[in-house]
Amino acid sequence: MTGEELTGLAPYSLPREEKRALYRRELAALTRRHRERCPEYRRLLDALGIAAEGELEPEDAPMLPVSLFKELELRSVPREEVFKTLASSGTTGQKPSKIFLDGETASMQQRALYQIVSDFIGEKRLPFLVLDSRNVLRDRAMFSARGAGILGFSMFASKTCYALDDGMGLDWDGMRDFLAAHRGERLLLFGFTYLVWKHVVRALEERGERLDLSGSVLIHGGGWKKLAGEAVSREEFKERARRALGVEAVLDYYGMAEQTGGVYMECPCGHLHASVWSDVIIRRPGDYGVCAVGEPGVIESLSLLPRSYPGHAVLTEDVGVLLGEDGCPCGRLGKYFAVTGRAPRAEVRGCSDTYGG
Amino acid sequence: MTNLEKYDKLFLDAFRVVPDELPGLKYRGIQAWDSVGHMDLMSAMEETFEIRVSTPDLLDFSSYEKGKEILAKYGVEI
Repeated sequence: MTGEELTGLAPYSLPREEKRALYRRELAALTRRHRERCPEYRRLLDALGIAAEGELEPEDAPMLPVSLFKELELRSVPREEVFKTLASSGTTGQKPSKIFLDGETASMQQRALYQIVSDFIGEKRLPFLVLDSRNVLRDRAMFSARGAGILGFSMFASKTCYALDDGMGLDWDGMRDFLAAHRGERLLLFGFTYLVWKHVVRALEERGERLDLSGSVLIHGGGWKKLAGEAVSREEFKERARRALGVEAVLDYYGMAEQTGGVYMECPCGHLHASVWSDVIIRRPGDYGVCAVGEPGVIESLSLLPRSYPGHAVLTEDVGVLLGEDGCPCGRLGKYFAVTGRAPRAEVRGCSDTYGG
Repeated sequence: MTNLEKYDKLFLDAFRVVPDELPGLKYRGIQAWDSVGHMDLMSAMEETFEIRVSTPDLLDFSSYEKGKEILAKYGVEI
């Protein structure tokens, strides 16, 4: 399937068997493609004794641990075709991942993200309040995951305002002018969970201020690890964000720099959904067998979008639980799941253990 | 200024290219026309021609030439 055909699919349209057939075909094609074009990936697959031909069951596609993108520069296009490099923030004190995007991959990511998000907020462009600082986008050639998120969502923007100044304080004057200019309109707010909490929700609460953005929607992502340290539950985050901002909906998403574009959005039932461009397989720590519905395990994330780097099957360092497939009351087809925490570091080694260079 | 002159000027200002480079110029074809540059170009385009482009059209605005077709949909003849 060409990139254009693929990103032309409706995001939650494929029932289980059709999606499996698509993944069997596309994952094999991606594995072949990256094997041919990325020498490090080829050596890794050779070392693991993975056959070069034939279709792959989605569960059998060779997965790379996310940490490998920190250790190696995994590229399937010549250096001169790299259009952007994405750097994941990673865990504090670690080397960032480097993800190399060519024009085709970047374009597919953008189209997939558009389809996914517009399924939740509609196609109309909205005034866009970024709950972050403009500073994040300073370096144009090398984006952080934060920068990429803001840029990805800015295609939904009619007008844009950054709520935080360079020192991560609320830019009251700028924000007030923007909100006054769009009074009564539906806004899109976007930011990273921890920053939204610390620099917006808590900052508003401390000042005793509440905004009234009724009808507006806040989309946030980037993980709960830092928030869990502050003992804030998802429910509490959602409730207090809704109260401080006065928004109608607060939607979480799960995504990673290694697979930008194919984000897992939270539906109104509170479930994270895999679109046609991505899928999750929950695996048992230890033997990496596939978990049953309801059984927590390490999240493997599949994506059909990466063309310029071998990131189509990635073992994350997150723990999650599959809640079901095709059966969510919201009506979206595909797997739905929850992310419940982080895997202890030693557990997630995947096949990097056997990588001999 | 004609619409074509206005249209060209938006590209010249946004991406610091010379007029000879305009034919065949593509989104993600040069470093300056990245997604940041694209959104800036779209805002300027909307302001100049007083239109509001939909997100699908914004994503389809993939080259200097394609952009002319898209603006035509909004009644702007280049």
